[in-house]
Order: sequence, then structure tokens, then C-alpha cells
Amino acid sequence: MKEIFLFVFVMWVLIIVGGGLLISIIAPLTISGYGKFDSILDSGIKALIAIILVIAWIFILSKIKNWIFHKQIKN
Amino acid sequence: MLDKIILAILVSAIAFFSVYITTPFLIKGLEKRNLTVKDYNRVGGAMVPRPGGPSILVGILTSEFTLYVFFPTAEILAILITTSLAFVVGLIDDRKVLGGWFKPVALAISAIPIILLGTYIPHLSFPLFGTVKIPELYIALVIFMIPVTGNTINSIDVLNGVASGFMTIASFALTISLFIIHNYDIALASLPLGFVSLAFYKYHKFPSKIFPGDSGALTLGAMYGVLAIVGHVEIIAAVALLPAVINSFLFLSSVKRIIEHRQIKSNPVTHTDDFKLMATTNKDAPITLVRLILASGPMTEKQVGLVIFRLSIFSAVLAIVTAFMMGVKI
Repeated sequence: MKEIFLFVFVMWVLIIVGGGLLISIIAPLTISGYGKFDSILDSGIKALIAIILVIAWIFILSKIKNWIFHKQIKN
Repeated sequence: MLDKIILAILVSAIAFFSVYITTPFLIKGLEKRNLTVKDYNRVGGAMVPRPGGPSILVGILTSEFTLYVFFPTAEILAILITTSLAFVVGLIDDRKVLGGWFKPVALAISAIPIILLGTYIPHLSFPLFGTVKIPELYIALVIFMIPVTGNTINSIDVLNGVASGFMTIASFALTISLFIIHNYDIALASLPLGFVSLAFYKYHKFPSKIFPGDSGALTLGAMYGVLAIVGHVEIIAAVALLPAVINSFLFLSSVKRIIEHRQIKSNPVTHTDDFKLMATTNKDAPITLVRLILASGPMTEKQVGLVIFRLSIFSAVLAIVTAFMMGVKI
């Protein structure tokens, strides 16, 4: 059963780390040199990175879920 | 400060006793009108009255209206309107079988008063790292938040007492967190949610005398979502809700689409000969939190409920730790 508690804890860590990446690395990024498209490109790239992070988050959690499920069945 | 303490005691008492007193009348009324459903996990399949949403709403409305008389703020108004709209959505779903997309869309519409009343700050606060300003994205987050919290609580309402017990733990964790970050007004407004859930748990716990139904679960979940937005504690609220989020995540990652629970063809849980709950061996059945808990072996319904409550307490502690971490900056 402790694996499920570990799952909750990993999710919590991922939320904190994800927030940290968002604020300290992604948010300060600025795109320039494209004139009037600067702000659109800036927002688009930031949104894309955020989506990639969410996909990575879901991928990690899916792997943990499968590991817990198989471990529980084996026990 | 003393007046706020007195008011906190008053709204908590109103919230608790209005549900505690009205629910037995609701149970009798539902039984009279034959509005009952079978409890498949109980030996003999007892018929249980449903929905308990009306008594939950009475508790929330009476206590929040009392608070509004003393503190007429837009935030309390947003809580009242959005929660009531979510109740209506749930009540429609209790009476009619609607498609999987009905609830998320209708709940998203229920979130509009939060935007119209301007009761949000378009910043997302993270522990240790500070805040990020997302003006346009935040409006999408508001629209997204109410369906997510509503359906998350609804999806965990699978065993006797779990939804109300879980909500009691999560909402008290949210109230404590709001006090920690010095948001006393919203902390006060969040108290009724915990006390309404606690009073309803008395009748919902194993063996259930009433089920909350979609109207009850969506009302509780939507109010939790509004509190997270108007209290500016979105991340803390998400952490306190983690076991239910995991349940939704497991379900969605296994069925890979948004569907109503009634549309599931294979039940993730079956029964042993002595009527304990057991994880199904059917590979087509969705993976849920209960199935994951039961994967190690059969348990009674009460035992599974206690495991979920232990998980809730664990995530409630993490939410409170997160609230403390909000004051720390790297």
C-alpha cells in the first residue's frame, strides 16, 4: 500500500518542480527580432513548453501507475 | 478579530446543523417518492435514497448567506452562485441520463459568475518560486477548474462515505492553509464546506443511509473549486485533492476518453464469496484508485474507505506543508 502514498508524494514533487521550472526558466524567456509577431511567438513557445512539460508529467505518472499496479498484483 | 471568531463559530454551526437536521427529512421524502438506488456492495443489495444534494445545498446556502449579511463581498456571492449552478447541473444529471460531455460543459458555464464578478487574481502562486502572471490563461483556468473539481469529487463517490469523508478532510486542509497564508476572509467562507461535508458524512458513512448523488458531489466539488480560485490557493487545493486527482488520472489514462461512469461496460471491482471487494481480472475494466488499492488483495468496503481517508490525510498534510512553503522564496 505504501506505493500509493509514494505516488501521491511523487505527484506533489512534480507539482513543485513543474512550478519552479515554469517560474524560474520558462516565464523569463523573451523572444525578440520578429517585430509585431514577438508577443505571439513568445506566448506560443511558452505554451508549447508548458504542454511538453504536462505530457512529460503524464508519461512519468503513467509509468509509476503501471509499476505500482504490477507490484500490487505480484504481492 | 473576536467578531470574526464568533462569526466562524456561527457559520460553522449553521452549516453543520442545517445538514444534520434536514438530511433525515430528505431521506424520508426520497423513500416516500421511491427515489432510491441499489447499493451493489452491500449484502442483499439494500436500496439507498438518492440524491442528498438538496440538504448539502441548504447547508451551504444558509451558512454562506449568513456570512454575506456580515461581509457582503463579491467572493461570497461567487461561491453562492457557482455552487448553486453546479447543484442544478448535478440535479439534472441525477434525474436524466446525459452524455459524458454534458457535465464538464455545464460546469464550465457555472464558472462564468466568478469571471463576471471579477473575483480572481490572474496570478498563479507556486511554493518556493513565487508567482507567475497569466492574465488570459487564468480565465481558461477558471473555466477549467470547476468541471475538474466537480467531476473529481464525483468520480471518487464510489463507496459508502468516501466522497463526504474525503471532502471533509480536503476542505479543512484548505481552511487551515488559508489561515496560514493570512487569507482570513476566504478561510471563513471555506468553513461551511468542511462542516456541511462532516454533517453529511454522518448519514453517508458505511452503511449509507443516503447517497449524495451527482447533485451532492458536484455541489461539494464546485464549491471547493471556487474557494481555490477566490482564495488564490489553486496549487494548495490541487495538492489536498491528490487522491481524487489520481483516481481521475488512472481512469482517464486507462479508458483514454471522457465517458460517464454509467457507460463503463466492465466494472473495475467485483466481490468475493464473503462479499469483500476484489479487483477484477478483466483487462478491459478501467483502472481506478479502488482497483489499485484492491490489487494487493480483497478488502471490505469499510477497509477500502479507510485507506482512501489515510491517503486524504497524507495529501492534506502535504497541502498544509505547501501553504507554509508559500511564505518561503528561493
